[in-house]
Amino acid sequence: MKKRHKRLAIVLGVLAGAVIATALVLNAFRDSMVFFVTPSEMAAMEEVPDRTFRIGGLVEAGSVQRDTTSTEVMFRVTDGAMGVPVIYDGILPNLFREGQGVVAEGRLSADGGTFMANKVLARHDEEYMPREAQEAIERAGHPSGAGGGYNTQ
Amino acid sequence: MIPELGQFALILALCLAVTQAILPLVGAARGQERLMRSGTFLATGQFVFLAIAYAALTYAFVTSDFSVRYVTQNSSLALPIQYKVTAVWGGHEGSLLLWVMILAAWGVAVAAFSKALPREMLARVLAVMGMVSVGFLAFTVFTSNPFVRLIPMPGDGTDLNPLLQDPGMIAHPPLLYMGYVGFAVVFAFAIAALLGGRLDAAWARWSRPWTTVAWVFLTLGIGMGSWWAYYELGWGGWWFWDPVENASFMPWLTGTALIHSLAVTEKRGGFKTWTLMLAILTFALTILGAFLVRSGVITSVHAFATDPERGVFILGMLAVTLLASFILYAIRAPKVGLGGGFGWYSRESLLLANNALLAVACAAVMIGTLYPLVLDAFSMSKISVGPPYFDAVFMPLMLPLLFLIGIGPMVAWKQSDPVQTYRQLRYVLLVSVLLGGVWPLTMGAWSPMTALGLMLGAWIILTAVLDLRNRMVRRRARGVGAMVRGVLQPSYLGMHVAHVGLALVVIAIAMVNTYEVERDTRMAPGETVSVGGYDFTMLAVGPVQGPNYDAQRANILVTRNGREVALLTPEKRNYFSQPGMPMIQASLQRSPLRDLYVSLGEPLDQHAWIVRLYYKPYMFWMWTGGILMALGGLLAAADRRYRLKPREADVTQKRAAAGRPAAGEVS
Repeated sequence: MKKRHKRLAIVLGVLAGAVIATALVLNAFRDSMVFFVTPSEMAAMEEVPDRTFRIGGLVEAGSVQRDTTSTEVMFRVTDGAMGVPVIYDGILPNLFREGQGVVAEGRLSADGGTFMANKVLARHDEEYMPREAQEAIERAGHPSGAGGGYNTQ
Repeated sequence: MIPELGQFALILALCLAVTQAILPLVGAARGQERLMRSGTFLATGQFVFLAIAYAALTYAFVTSDFSVRYVTQNSSLALPIQYKVTAVWGGHEGSLLLWVMILAAWGVAVAAFSKALPREMLARVLAVMGMVSVGFLAFTVFTSNPFVRLIPMPGDGTDLNPLLQDPGMIAHPPLLYMGYVGFAVVFAFAIAALLGGRLDAAWARWSRPWTTVAWVFLTLGIGMGSWWAYYELGWGGWWFWDPVENASFMPWLTGTALIHSLAVTEKRGGFKTWTLMLAILTFALTILGAFLVRSGVITSVHAFATDPERGVFILGMLAVTLLASFILYAIRAPKVGLGGGFGWYSRESLLLANNALLAVACAAVMIGTLYPLVLDAFSMSKISVGPPYFDAVFMPLMLPLLFLIGIGPMVAWKQSDPVQTYRQLRYVLLVSVLLGGVWPLTMGAWSPMTALGLMLGAWIILTAVLDLRNRMVRRRARGVGAMVRGVLQPSYLGMHVAHVGLALVVIAIAMVNTYEVERDTRMAPGETVSVGGYDFTMLAVGPVQGPNYDAQRANILVTRNGREVALLTPEKRNYFSQPGMPMIQASLQRSPLRDLYVSLGEPLDQHAWIVRLYYKPYMFWMWTGGILMALGGLLAAADRRYRLKPREADVTQKRAAAGRPAAGEVS
């Protein structure tokens, strides 16, 4: 191989690698990006999205119903304006409480009425509210820090 | 009084660091011996004062001096003494103090073990380390002073975060910081090379052991963090692609690339500018990690209390580091030169592929970590990028890398022949494919991805064994002693040990991802649930009392075919200091081929609880693999040639290059 050919081969190789890597990244991004939607925005949606997304807000006071014969639990997530019923099967996070911030990841049921969560995230400790939950409350027009007076700097 | 002494020592250390950043550099520029030597004394002095500051803070913790705000926030009277000592690094300020102290310790180590270095070089290295120290010390003194007093003094502290009250947590941060900060040494070597315009095999030989040791600590730190998350967070996960985990993983990826690229720089004089770039980027990534953890842009177990001022400071430090390094790089790198050429199929080209794959993998992790943060910062929309993204990008990049690990050590430098490699390795390839195909059948349903993972794991181990055998065979004529010495040469053996460690991790991941069984279930005393062929019987749940918590503890008997395997006792604890924050304490029974894992969820009625039961195969291999990787690195760094006087080393180097068949060379 001549030196010029070799250099050309190297440049082409690097380019091909870069193209493949970019394609991989973009493809993975498209498939696995999880958008965040507030309960109000969800209520305003016209069709049921066929993908996983996140909702966040406060666990509505008095809405948690544990089925004592199975591991299923139902509760409502609210941003102060709208509420969404959520069904989750499994162990809730330690800091899951009524009236406090929560984020749920999952899909809408076929009829669009219930959010079927496969993951529930709550605060990490006493002081912080999940940012997304805070955002949901703010987007619904409530001032920062609403819903329990938690420090959310 | 003692805390004020600590603070005074901290400020003195900062002053010394400023001097250390300037004097040796001036000395190196003017050729003044005395100024160059000052670096060693200043580095030592800086370390001494930081050790005093650290001791002062520890003293405040041990004596429960709640007039110090940081102690109040991270300790309490009831906290057991071993956690009082480790609580020093339980929060932002104290962990930063540990960070700068370790940085100073590395500086002392460099000064002590670099007698062979030309004195201009050592002076420049210490000056750059002084600059790094100035950055972090100024950060500590001006934004995160651990000695701030609290008036009036409270009667008791708010306690250490219960998650951190665990033996795994005692070791995780110091190990990780040793790794992070170790890359500052490598960075200093790179900048010193750029400043001096000297980058040769000797430079690479000085830098290699430091890089490898930093990498060893980072590996151990990440492994320890994963091990801790696995049992302490209670949900059986060992890697979450959490932004903070990624923050430590990115420098690990580029650091791994750096180790391999340094091998080329030392042995063949190649990849010079690329090696420098990797050293700079790895250090920059450690600062980025500090930013992610300490600025409050993310909330996680790791995130410390947030303060925008701190984030801005670290970002500024990152910007200054990158800007200054890149300007210097742009001016000086052309002078350093590119190094020797090589054929398209050679040890160099394979290591180039290794570097390219690792760099792309790091970029992919970085995009997935930072993109949501950037989007959020500009208030465009909130998205999250979870494990599916990282799995989808990472897997295709790692598969060729793992395959190449088997070939690399077999291929000669400069120019080799793929046909020859194929002839050497075809039987190993066949055995690996067969093993990978059959192994999953011992676990249950066959899955192609698991088979591929196991095949690659077996491939790496078998090629390493074959290479060790070949090396012995080549030395047969020179007697048994030469055979043994050849195989036991630390840097050579270290490479294979580390590769085998990685293979074990790969095997563990392939197994546990496919064959783990997880079940959330309702259990009342007397009930039995079957998971992965084991029967879990709930015997009773009752209250127990700890030193600073009370708990509900379940007794769960595990049997297999009627024979008792283990009695597991998961707890749900309420720490007195944080009544609203129950903690789960999982209970495990470990064995080489599988872990059994139980954690308590929530009570359903008076008797029944939700319980999570896990059957996790091959987890033991994961931790063993991590330890082997670190051990391999330590062996490699301990090689005798790194400790030789410059002239001796050059001689052995030349002899090695001339005498031996290239395929048997150490990488």
